Amino acid sequence: MWKWLHPYAKPERAYQLCVTLQPYFLWPGILCLVIGSIWGLAFAPQDYQQGDSFRIIYIHVPSAILSMSTYTAMAVAALVGIVWQWRTAFMAMIAMAPIGAVVTFIALFTGAAWGKPMWGAWWVWDARLTSELILLFLYLGVIALYGAFEDKQQAGKAAGVMALVGVVNVPIIHYSVEWWNTLHQGATISKFDKPSIAPEMLWPLLIALLGLALFIAAVTVMRMKNEIIRREYHRPWVKALAAQALGDNHAV
Amino acid sequence: MQFDNLADFFAMGGYALYVWLSFGVSLLALLWIVLDSAATHKKLLKTAQSEQARQARIDAARKAKPINSESEQAGS
Repeated sequence: MWKWLHPYAKPERAYQLCVTLQPYFLWPGILCLVIGSIWGLAFAPQDYQQGDSFRIIYIHVPSAILSMSTYTAMAVAALVGIVWQWRTAFMAMIAMAPIGAVVTFIALFTGAAWGKPMWGAWWVWDARLTSELILLFLYLGVIALYGAFEDKQQAGKAAGVMALVGVVNVPIIHYSVEWWNTLHQGATISKFDKPSIAPEMLWPLLIALLGLALFIAAVTVMRMKNEIIRREYHRPWVKALAAQALGDNHAV
Repeated sequence: MQFDNLADFFAMGGYALYVWLSFGVSLLALLWIVLDSAATHKKLLKTAQSEQARQARIDAARKAKPINSESEQAGS
């Protein structure tokens, strides 16, 4: 049943897949981010309590949701790498870690810039904020642990175990606003209920969410390509690739 | 458009600092990661090319002096 998937464990096939997918992720992603931001910044109605400061939602919520999704995807890749011994799965894992860290940083930073005018503080040691900060440290830990090993198969296993153990933090972040009394508000859209937000405000948010998701996917395949080349740089197919890519650049 | 003019838009109802700081830093962070990935890609291709050229030179040198390499092997 899953046999069609097996050729993609081969680095060269995985590389070709990344090359094919990259433009479909990158350009629609950027387009959706631009549309979502402009719509959210200029055309969505003002919040009746927060005025225009609520417009930070159009990056804060997508980045916060996707920081958790990216972590989950990274942990799935780690699991596949550990259980089925796929080298390419570990490459996917380490390709996702930096963009995941950047997205988590954005969620924390925009949260601080939203917290200052609304709560009166850039930072509070609230359950939601603290668990999201731990998520950032988990990403950085996976990157650092992977970098600490010379043998990249060993590095993948060690960082993979760390990524898997860290998954426990994802539900903690999600339910932190319900389990503890937090300054942070409860879920607005990521719940099994009607979103508690007006449709004129929700649409640009969903477009920004889709855009950031596609952007993360695009950066993942870009970095995945880099990981494959890093591990296969002595192979003939990489030589042909380098000659073609660098030759073209010289011609321009 | 929710704002009467461009100045109002940039003022963000008095929250200009926080809104534009958020969007600005996010834009820079996303731009940085995508440019870093693209730059690394180019660097890796160059490394691959120079590394393989070096390997080709080593192989050519070995082939050019078969007697030396044989005597080395015999000596070792």
